[in-house]
Amino acid sequence: MRAEPDGAAVTALDLTKRYRNVLAVDGIGFTVPRGAVVGLLGGNGAGKTTTIAMILGLIQPTRGAITVLGHDMVRQRHRVLGRMNFESPYVSMPMRLTVRQNLTVYGRLYGLGGLKQRIAEIAAALDLEELLDRPCGKLSAGQRTRVGLAKALINEPELLLLDEPTASLDPDTADWVRGHLEGYRDKRGATILLASHNMPEVERLCDRVIIMKRGRIVDEGTPADLVKRFGRATLEDVFLTVARSDDLTPRAAATGSA
Amino acid sequence: MRTQPRPDGPMASARRIGAMILRYWYLLRSSWPRLLELVYWPAVQMLMWGFLQTYLHERTGILAAAAGALLGAVLLWDILFRGQIGFSISFLEEMWARNLGHLMISPLRTGEFVAALMVMSVIRVVIGLAPVTLMALIFFGFNVFSLGLALAGFFMILIATSWSFGLLVCGLVLRQGLGAESLAWSLIFLLLPLACVYYPVSTLPEWLQYVALSLPPTYVFEGMRAILIDGVFRADLMVRGLLLDIVYLAAGLAAFYALMRSARVHGSLLVSGE
Repeated sequence: MRAEPDGAAVTALDLTKRYRNVLAVDGIGFTVPRGAVVGLLGGNGAGKTTTIAMILGLIQPTRGAITVLGHDMVRQRHRVLGRMNFESPYVSMPMRLTVRQNLTVYGRLYGLGGLKQRIAEIAAALDLEELLDRPCGKLSAGQRTRVGLAKALINEPELLLLDEPTASLDPDTADWVRGHLEGYRDKRGATILLASHNMPEVERLCDRVIIMKRGRIVDEGTPADLVKRFGRATLEDVFLTVARSDDLTPRAAATGSA
Repeated sequence: MRTQPRPDGPMASARRIGAMILRYWYLLRSSWPRLLELVYWPAVQMLMWGFLQTYLHERTGILAAAAGALLGAVLLWDILFRGQIGFSISFLEEMWARNLGHLMISPLRTGEFVAALMVMSVIRVVIGLAPVTLMALIFFGFNVFSLGLALAGFFMILIATSWSFGLLVCGLVLRQGLGAESLAWSLIFLLLPLACVYYPVSTLPEWLQYVALSLPPTYVFEGMRAILIDGVFRADLMVRGLLLDIVYLAAGLAAFYALMRSARVHGSLLVSGE
């Protein structure tokens, strides 16, 4: 991995996104250290997806700055896009193309050498060998998630962004996906930022958690710290407490390290 | 981590354009209805206009001096129409597949995406028109290659105009969503009466002639009639068409880039629906 001066994979400063009268993200600031797995929690409309889209360069912030692997995502995103990747069940891949064809196209877009070998490796790692020559449209939801993960990992990203990576998966497949993500992080030292509504998943995967509500960060810390601070039994109880409260006052310094 | 080529090098850029062309080729190859659609409508048009020309020629002799002009116009119009459809459909495939988000977060640059759409537009035109060109020769004895080298110039002008309209349509779809999709089929038809595909510019009222002369394809159809009816190659028409095309293409690119920027500001790159 290339060393960045500040050692941060993602830095957001006063990040704001306004759509006409709707303030989707309201001046948030956070840092994701390299090699960390950070969870972005919040109810529907909390601003998680907009935040991830700004990190990916898909949405231009109204105000503030977002730096990814040392590069400004508004002005320099093409310098860093090859070093990151993204997976979401809400974004598909071409259904008529086979798994192999899709991975070939994306491998080429990411400029990978030795692509056949890379596809074979990733197919073996994600148990996709039998599916390589099947059209993506003929796969089950779980199989598609694994293909999506293969696409997201094809370039061995230093920063992996995941939007509800196990949504609509059965518990067995979801557990398998989580295990693979843990393995990838441990093996590659990659940074992972994931948005999820699945609290056990967040507790298992994440070193740190950022809780968002109505576009703001209302708390952050390790899952254990948050549970302790809120005096609850689980992270799910913390989530429900935040979701049902009208208080948007940050409980911890929102600009501190995540 | 694996070593990757410099993302801003020309080789890396060519590779990404190639990847997108490969993606569309995989899609065409996997879907016979898509391939059939490329040939079907141009073939129907050719038969209809071909038989009409035959009828008019036999009954009235009105087309005796303009043998082939009607069929030539049909074929050249299809380059324009199919070129724009080919450009726009390739783009729309990404919207329909909800794949645009993945492409936009990959190292693919906007200009590379556009270049791939342009190449695909040419490939789709060639696939669609090659059999129809043969049909025109077999059924109606019209050889479009009798236009000689001018045909290459006509092709360039028409395909560049089709790209400029395709860029505008795709930009609008990016910004407005699939609600603007119907423009892909309808916008270019504005040129059918105005670019004087089947009749000379002098047929139009004077004020409309100025509009016609501001459109690059007008010079193609005037130039084609000059060759087929008068036996004259009009280089001046060709040059004017090409120069106007530069303006149209620059405007199309500017519109596409501006609408892409606007889509990033308004968050519409994430939305593939209506």
